Amino acid sequence: MASAQTYTPIATITASGSTTSVTFSSIPQTYTDLVIAGAFYETSSSNTSLQFNGDTGSNYSSTTLLANGSSVSSARVSNFACIFWDRQGNATGYGTGVAHIMNYSNTTTYKTALLRYGYAGTWVEVDAGSWHNTSAITSITVGVVSGSGNLASGSTYTLYGILAA
Amino acid sequence: MATSTYNLIASQVVGSGGASSITFSSIPQTYTDLLVVMSVSTNASGTASANGTNINFNGVTTNRTYKRLEGSGSSVSSDSGSNIPVGTVNAGSSGVFSNQQIYIPNYTSSNYKSVSVDSVVEYNSSVGTQDLVAGLWSSTAAITSLTIYPDAGSFIQYSTFYLYGIKNS
Repeated sequence: MASAQTYTPIATITASGSTTSVTFSSIPQTYTDLVIAGAFYETSSSNTSLQFNGDTGSNYSSTTLLANGSSVSSARVSNFACIFWDRQGNATGYGTGVAHIMNYSNTTTYKTALLRYGYAGTWVEVDAGSWHNTSAITSITVGVVSGSGNLASGSTYTLYGILAA
Repeated sequence: MATSTYNLIASQVVGSGGASSITFSSIPQTYTDLLVVMSVSTNASGTASANGTNINFNGVTTNRTYKRLEGSGSSVSSDSGSNIPVGTVNAGSSGVFSNQQIYIPNYTSSNYKSVSVDSVVEYNSSVGTQDLVAGLWSSTAAITSLTIYPDAGSFIQYSTFYLYGIKNS
């Protein structure tokens, strides 16, 4: 018997280079977790971040562990406007990012995310983030939230849905 | 039922004779991203922290760079260099294998190829290491083959390598 598909592409967005953000909207509520896989950078060394359901308020926190090839550091923001994905910023070339958003459709708990990003010319980092809201996630905005510049042209972001069973 | 988008392209299991490297060749150009999942150990002497593995694409060993974040349980460090390490491996300790995932987005594009690596090795009181690596192959060529090889020694029997193709539609 064929097994059910558990890693399903929902949508892919390619940045034009002229916008600060892109949005996955009308996300189906039929999966267990979400994954965004991307190859991206920014037009200036600011950041790439996530926001949920259009919430731009100070309702997020995230903790970052990052390394630049010689030193390691950690940083944290709370009561902030986004969850960082590429906190340090990369305006040089396509880096690889994978973000996991767990149990996104439940309406009981705050939403958590585990994010990784790296570009060999700049930084490698891992981020843990939280959105302090119990709403189900129906849209995700990927964008430059804190800083200047746009998502670089040709940057790609693919949203996948994962079924636990 | 929807078409499967997370497909096993090929797998390799090292036999009793060991293997100095493994290569996945003739990679189909029909996917969006690639993922390698591996569980490995080597016959090199020394401790796990002294032994690593690397990857190259299309048989080319130039134009590779990386930055790495590594935690050992007691310290954290970062380094960089002119190859793409894909994890610390256990060596000289029979039966203990390390695990790695290598994610390669847009492997058929004409952009430089960026690679993300997650690696863990754990051997009770002897060693525990976790790596996060950003690798870059500064080539516009589509990836048609990839080779994974240890810094020293050979992969031992039961080391496994799985190559998946991921479609975004």
